[in-house]
Amino acid sequence: MSTAEVARQAPDGARSVPLSGHVGFDSMPDQLVNKSVGQGFCFNILCVGETGVGKSTLMDTLFNTKFEGDPTKHSQPSVQLRSSTYELQESNVRLKLTVVNTVGFGDQINKEESYKPIVDFIDEQFEAYLQEELKIKRTLHSYHDTRIHACLYFIAPTGHSLKSLDLVTMKKLDSKVNIIPVIAKSDAITKIELAKFKIKICSELVSNGVQIYQFPTDDETVAEINSAMNGHLPFAVVGSTEELKIGNKMMKARQYPWGTVQVENENHCDFVKLREMLIRVNMEDLREQTHARHYELYRRCKLEEMGFKDTDPDSKPFSLQETYEAKRNEFMGELQRKEEEMRQMFVLRVKEKEAELKEAEKELHEKFDRLKKLHQEEKKKVEDRKKLLDDDLNQFKQKKMAMELLQSQGQQAGGSTTLKKDKERKN
Amino acid sequence: MSDSVVDLRPVKPAPSPASMEKPSVDFSYVGIDAILEQMRRKAMKQGFELNIMVVGQSGLGKSTLMNTLFKSKVSRRTGLGSADERIPKTVEIKSISHEIEEKGVRMKLTVIDTPGFGDHINNENCWQPIMRFINEQYEQYLQEEININRKTRIPDSRVHCCIYFIPPTGHSLRPLDVEFMRRLSKVVNIVPVIAKADTLTLEERDFFKNKIREELQANDIDVYPQKEFDEDAEDRAINERIRGMVPFAVVGSDQECQVNGRRLLGRKTKWGTIEVENIAHCEFAYLRDLLIRSHMQNIKDITSSIHYEGYRVRRLNECNAQTNGFDEQDVTSHEL
Repeated sequence: MSTAEVARQAPDGARSVPLSGHVGFDSMPDQLVNKSVGQGFCFNILCVGETGVGKSTLMDTLFNTKFEGDPTKHSQPSVQLRSSTYELQESNVRLKLTVVNTVGFGDQINKEESYKPIVDFIDEQFEAYLQEELKIKRTLHSYHDTRIHACLYFIAPTGHSLKSLDLVTMKKLDSKVNIIPVIAKSDAITKIELAKFKIKICSELVSNGVQIYQFPTDDETVAEINSAMNGHLPFAVVGSTEELKIGNKMMKARQYPWGTVQVENENHCDFVKLREMLIRVNMEDLREQTHARHYELYRRCKLEEMGFKDTDPDSKPFSLQETYEAKRNEFMGELQRKEEEMRQMFVLRVKEKEAELKEAEKELHEKFDRLKKLHQEEKKKVEDRKKLLDDDLNQFKQKKMAMELLQSQGQQAGGSTTLKKDKERKN
Repeated sequence: MSDSVVDLRPVKPAPSPASMEKPSVDFSYVGIDAILEQMRRKAMKQGFELNIMVVGQSGLGKSTLMNTLFKSKVSRRTGLGSADERIPKTVEIKSISHEIEEKGVRMKLTVIDTPGFGDHINNENCWQPIMRFINEQYEQYLQEEININRKTRIPDSRVHCCIYFIPPTGHSLRPLDVEFMRRLSKVVNIVPVIAKADTLTLEERDFFKNKIREELQANDIDVYPQKEFDEDAEDRAINERIRGMVPFAVVGSDQECQVNGRRLLGRKTKWGTIEVENIAHCEFAYLRDLLIRSHMQNIKDITSSIHYEGYRVRRLNECNAQTNGFDEQDVTSHEL
C-alpha cells in the first residue's frame, strides 16, 4: 500500500511571485459578482418603534415604492411582529427585501415584556439558519436567509432624551442585531433642539453601554464617508410618499402652512444620509456583520448550552457528533426511566382501585344479607299476625254461630223464658 | 408573509465608487445595485484562493504548464538528479503556495504536485494517496466548520480543480487513466488535457480527442464541466461548447522566443516555432480562459457546494450509522 507525504513547503506565509504577463484572474471579482447577481440578494430590515411614529412611511420612502398594509391601530394587546417579503428589481439586481414591523410596540399599559417578542423573533431566525446549517443534506446556497440584517430603531421626537422603554429594548437587542437609531418625524424639532437631542441620545447610549452599529472605517474607499456619518448618528429623518411640485421638479415633501419640508434635502433632514449609509454603502457590510458576529455568537451560545465542547478529554474528532450521540443516549435513558416509572405508577393505581372495588362489593353483599334477613323477619311477623287474626276470626265465627244457635233456641222458648223472667222479676 | 414583485422605475447604472457625490437630481433611484460595488470591494479586500492539483506521469510537462498558465515560476521542475532520486518510492503530494497579484486582485494560488504518479512498474492503487489527500482537505474544512469557536473565514485548502495529463499516444486512454479519472471525478473537478500536443498532427489530434471522449462516455466519467450541474439553458449552451473541446491539447512553455519581431511564449524547433497562445497551434488559450478567466468561480462553487457537501453527507451518515446500530440494540432489548 502506498503512503502519502504531504509536504507544505510554504505554510500560510506563502511567497509572492511577480507575474510576467497578463494572466487574467483579475476577472475574479466580476465572476463572483455575476454569480451573485444570478442568485439574487436578500436583505431583511426590522423596524422597531411605537405605533404611528412613521415606520411604514419611511420604508416606503426609502425604497421608493408603496408597500402594502394599512396603518395599525393602537389597541393591540401585546407586541406582535408582522413580516412581509417583497421582490425589488433595479437594473439587473434582484433584491428580496423583507420588512418586519413591530405592531403594538409601546401601546400597552405594562411595557415590561414588550421587548420579548422582538428578541424571540430574532432568535427564531437564527435558529432556523442554524438548523439548516446542521442538517445533513443541506442547500445553503439556495436558502432564503431570514436573519435580520439591520434594525431601525425609531425614537419619538420628544426633544428631551430617550425613554426608558427605548433604553431597555435597545440594550436587549444590541448583541443580536445591528441597531441603527433614527429620530422619527424630525420635522417636529428645530435645528438647535435637534443638535441637543442628538448629543443627549448619544451620551445616554454610551453611558448605558448600548452598542449601536458603527459604519466600518477599515476600507479606504469608504472610510472617510463612513466616519463622517458615524458622527451624525442618530439620523433625523422625515418620511413622505407624497410628491409636490417644488420649483419645476416633483419632489417628495411634506407641506405645512408655514413651509414645505423636502425629504431629500440635506438641510432639512438626514434622510439622504440614511439611505446612503443603509443601502448604497454598507448593505453588504450589514449582512456580513450579521453573519460573522451576531449569528456566530448565537450559534456559540446555543451549542454550548446544548452541552457541546470543542475538545473532549481525548480530543477525538467529531466531538460534535459524539456529544450529540451521548446526549441522545442519555435522553433515551431518561425516556425509558420515565416510562418505567409511569408503568409502575399505573400498576399501583390499578391495584388500589381493585382493592377499593372489592371492599365495595363486600359491603354490598353484607347489606344485601341484612336486608334479606330483615325482610324475612318482617314476613314472619306478618304471618304471625295473620295467624292470630285468623284465629280471632275463627273464634268470632264460632261465637257467632253459637249465638245464632242460641238465638234460634231462645225464640222457641222465648215466651216461656220471658214469662219466667217476668215472674222472676216480680218475685 | 405576502410576496409581490415591484419593479422600480429607473434602470440606471450604479454610481462609480470614486465619485461619492450626493445622489443627483434623479429622485427615484434607490441604489440597490450599489451592492454589486460593495461586494466587489469586499472581494478585493479579502482576496481569493485557488488550489489546483496536477496529476500525470513525470516528464509530461506539468510544471511547465503551471508556469505558463500563471506566467511565473509557481512550480519547480523536477528532473534533476538520477533516476533513483527523481522517482519517489511512493506517490508524494507536494503543495506549494504563492501569493500573486494582478490589478489589485490578490490571489493565493496553491499548486499541488504529485510526483511518482504512474511512474512505477506496478501502478496499482497509485490514486489512493491522492484520494486520501483530497479527502483530508475536506475533513479539515469540515472540522473547522463544525467547531464552536470558528474563524470568520475558514481557510480553504480543498482541491478545486485537478488537471489530469494524458500522454499523447494518439490511440486511446490507458487503463490507468480510466481508473484514475473514474474514481476521482466523483470527488473533485477533473480537467483532462493532452500533454505535449505538439507531437500530434491536427488529424491525429482530432481522432485522439474523439476517442478519448467516447471512452469517457463509455466509462461514465463526468469531467468538468459536468453535465448534471448545468443550471439553465444559457449555461448548457456555453458548457456544451466546452465539452466539445475537452480534452484540451496543450503545449506549455515558460520561455520566450522571437516570432515576427515580437517576443512570445513558445517552443522553438528546427521546423518552426510553436506559439503557445496561438489557438491555431494549440488549445492552451482555451484552457487558460476556461480555468481562469471565465469559470474559476464556477469551479470553486461546484467544489464547495457539490463535492464538499457530498463528502459531508457521507461522513455524517457514517457516524449516524455507527450509533444507529447501538440504538437498535437498545430498543429491542427493551421490548423484550
